[in-house]
Amino acid sequence: MSAVQSPYANHSHADDPVVQALFARFGNHVFVEQSTYTGMPVLWLDREHLLEVLGFLRDMPEPFEMLFDLNAIDERLRSHRADLPPADFTVFYQLMSVSRNRDLMLKVALSERDLEVPSVAGLYPNANWYEREVWDMFGIDFRGHPHLTRLLMPPTWHGHPLRKDYPARATEFDPYTLTVEGQDTEQEALRFDPESWGMKRKDENTDYMFLNLGPNHPSAHGAFRIVLQLDGEVVVDCVPDIGYHHRGAEKMAERQSWHSYIPYTDRIDYTGGVMNNLPYVMAVEKLAGIQVTDRAKTIRVMMAEMFRINSHLLFLGTYLQDLGAMTPVFFTFTDRQKAYEVIEGITGFRMHPAWYRIGGTAHDLPNGWDKLVQGFLDWMPKRLVEYERAMMENAVIRERTKQVAAFTTREALEWGVTGPNLRATGCDFDLRKKRPYSGYENFDFEVPLGANGDAFDRGQLRIDEMRQSLRIIQQCVDHMPAGDYKADHPLTTPPPREKMLQHIETLITHFLQVSWGPVLKPNESLSMIEATKGINSYYLTSDGNTMSYRTRIRTPSFPHLQQIPAAVRGALVPDLIAHLGSIDFVMADVDR
Amino acid sequence: MSWWTPQVEAIAFALFQALVILIAAVGAGALLTMVERRLLGLWQDRHGPNRVGPFGVLQILADMLKILFKEDWIPPFADRTFFVLAPAIAMASLLLSFMIIPITPSWGVADLHIGLLFFFAMAGINVYAVLFGGWSSGNKYALLGAMRASAQTLSYEVFMGLSLMGVVAMAGSFNMREIVAAQETIWFIVPQFFGFCTFLVAGIAVTHRHPFDQPEAEQELADGYHVEYSGMKWGMFFIGEYVGIVLVSALIVTLFLGGWHGPWLPPIVWFLLKTAIFVGFFVLLRAALPRPRYDAVMSFGWKICLPLTLINLLVTGALILIFSPAGG
Repeated sequence: MSAVQSPYANHSHADDPVVQALFARFGNHVFVEQSTYTGMPVLWLDREHLLEVLGFLRDMPEPFEMLFDLNAIDERLRSHRADLPPADFTVFYQLMSVSRNRDLMLKVALSERDLEVPSVAGLYPNANWYEREVWDMFGIDFRGHPHLTRLLMPPTWHGHPLRKDYPARATEFDPYTLTVEGQDTEQEALRFDPESWGMKRKDENTDYMFLNLGPNHPSAHGAFRIVLQLDGEVVVDCVPDIGYHHRGAEKMAERQSWHSYIPYTDRIDYTGGVMNNLPYVMAVEKLAGIQVTDRAKTIRVMMAEMFRINSHLLFLGTYLQDLGAMTPVFFTFTDRQKAYEVIEGITGFRMHPAWYRIGGTAHDLPNGWDKLVQGFLDWMPKRLVEYERAMMENAVIRERTKQVAAFTTREALEWGVTGPNLRATGCDFDLRKKRPYSGYENFDFEVPLGANGDAFDRGQLRIDEMRQSLRIIQQCVDHMPAGDYKADHPLTTPPPREKMLQHIETLITHFLQVSWGPVLKPNESLSMIEATKGINSYYLTSDGNTMSYRTRIRTPSFPHLQQIPAAVRGALVPDLIAHLGSIDFVMADVDR
Repeated sequence: MSWWTPQVEAIAFALFQALVILIAAVGAGALLTMVERRLLGLWQDRHGPNRVGPFGVLQILADMLKILFKEDWIPPFADRTFFVLAPAIAMASLLLSFMIIPITPSWGVADLHIGLLFFFAMAGINVYAVLFGGWSSGNKYALLGAMRASAQTLSYEVFMGLSLMGVVAMAGSFNMREIVAAQETIWFIVPQFFGFCTFLVAGIAVTHRHPFDQPEAEQELADGYHVEYSGMKWGMFFIGEYVGIVLVSALIVTLFLGGWHGPWLPPIVWFLLKTAIFVGFFVLLRAALPRPRYDAVMSFGWKICLPLTLINLLVTGALILIFSPAGG
């Protein structure tokens, strides 16, 4: 099995064993293959066959255990789609097989007059929220969905924002006003109605209490609301409610040039900094056909790992704080300050450097960067030991987290859980090892694994991951390749400055690329990385323009939140808080 | 000056003493709000409040001003009477308990025969503050906090009383001064070590201090029973908590560490010094420990502390019977 998919695979996947199996089982006429840069087979099929095909893929030997992503595209304004089946809207299902280390995308074409597909929530439970999001954003109906309501937009909202005919700019609307009556209506719409979720208000012996935890709550980690059905302090059931942090990042991508969208990616997982730029610029580079230099790749890895440590430190502090220990967060913030000094020294900014560029990075490393980074590398290890000894070995912490909100690898995969939360269940799946990108194959590091998939393992695992990240950064310091920090390619944006100052051609290109933006050939590409919280991917559709036709951002926190009820039913309120602290989410990453 | 009789002088002195101790207790509570933040800062690699006045001591004044000028808000859905009553009980019950504490051989407010029992009574009343506050707020978080508080206090008051019975048996009195006098030769922390441990735990639980702050548990209940309080009413809960810390520290010193006894230094210094150490210990606990789960706190109380106090009491009783002059 070749673990590495070629980043620029645009060839036919007809010889892929999974595609062969599908053809053999259902016949070739059922599928239309689309050639893309996504690096996986993309097959179109009718909605009549959808459930059958998905069921086959889920239950085949070495199955597709995970519904990685499900979303839609409004195809109505897309001009370059000659070879594709006619469609006004497309719903796509991206499946992942951890056992095969392979992906597969299925697409269903829909006509504007008949926007309906069968719900697949019965096959993959995490389809529930994705289908609600698609209904919310595109108005596509999912037959048989248990609770098809708006997910990200307020329940009172009109229209479906990701449709092409829905305005993208505030100036295209009347000025927004909120009257007292309007406020009351909005408030009332948020009132939780247990019956509509199939919950009982009381049982034979119990009157349940419905507790509204959030959107403002010390442990909600942002604007996140979760409604608890309580029997005493036992969480009988709960309903997470998201969307309070929705900025419409995917819609914005349709109005920003390929280049000027980079800063928006920084803010998807706001603790991940430049790590967020990576899947986006890699996907754009696939579309543009840019091969990045080794130096640029290594710089990117180094800074991404700096941010991984930074994010994990924030996790560690808040996780322990949620368990009632008030001190660690101040210590981890001291460490984060040290990390930020390095990040600031290299990128010139702290939280949102937006520092990667199409074809490389914004600048080369400054003089003396290695001493700066080495200082941080020397500082961290003893701190990690201290956290372990003071906190992870503490009896109270262990009692609060061991066997709390535990789930198995199988449950994790069927809910779309990735990253440290998946590895805490013992599943060895780290994209940096399994599908190395940006030169991770050149580094010597290990993938820490948990065993029990409980809140303790999720905490301990991240401490171990920080150690591995330090190892990776150390190797970057010791073996930073020489060479250019930007690829020599016409679509590198902005072009290398030295050339721009000397050649009129490059100057013109520079001007065009930063004013209008680079023009990318029509195609689709997808790039996924092992981000701080799990697998983050950007699925870009270019229609031969300066802007993306559709940008789909698959974030790890979204499925992690969807899984909460499955993980905490029957636990106590403090266990729920421990679970929330241990899965490491930020709402910007969930709502986009 | 014919009315200035020795009796009047005694009354005036007693009043003066009471007033000084009252002000000192409230002052200590207020000062602690700042001292705690400075100590936490020390242990958490940060400064704490250090801008107002030298070393930040005037921070108390600034906080007081802020709290007094805040809107005195009572939520429309709250039960007004109990809502107002709760913070008053919180502060008054703990302040009244200072009455029984003998500070030096000559200082102290009241010399009650039932000294210790008076403290138990006041601690019992203190629970009502939390219950009333939580119930009258009309808030689910407050209610959950109040539920936790009542369950926790019930469990911990049971063995708080028992943990001190060893001391009472050894001193042969409930009177605080006699208990201090009985420690002339050896502090009760030595013969009553288990009593000391369990009382320390119970004392923290009664004041709802971390790690027994289940009723407020910021990360879980978003401040629990006083979530709807603001302004000076909240301030009274707040100061009440700190007065509680000083009170429990002073009680530990009186009951187990020989009160004012100590060589070289004057009694008042010994008393204050020992009390300050325990106050510092309370703050250190908050800085150092995570919060155990609510049911773990309960089972720790019932399954470990209660049996421990019972055994301690049994052994103490047996030893007293064996070694006491057979007068019976």
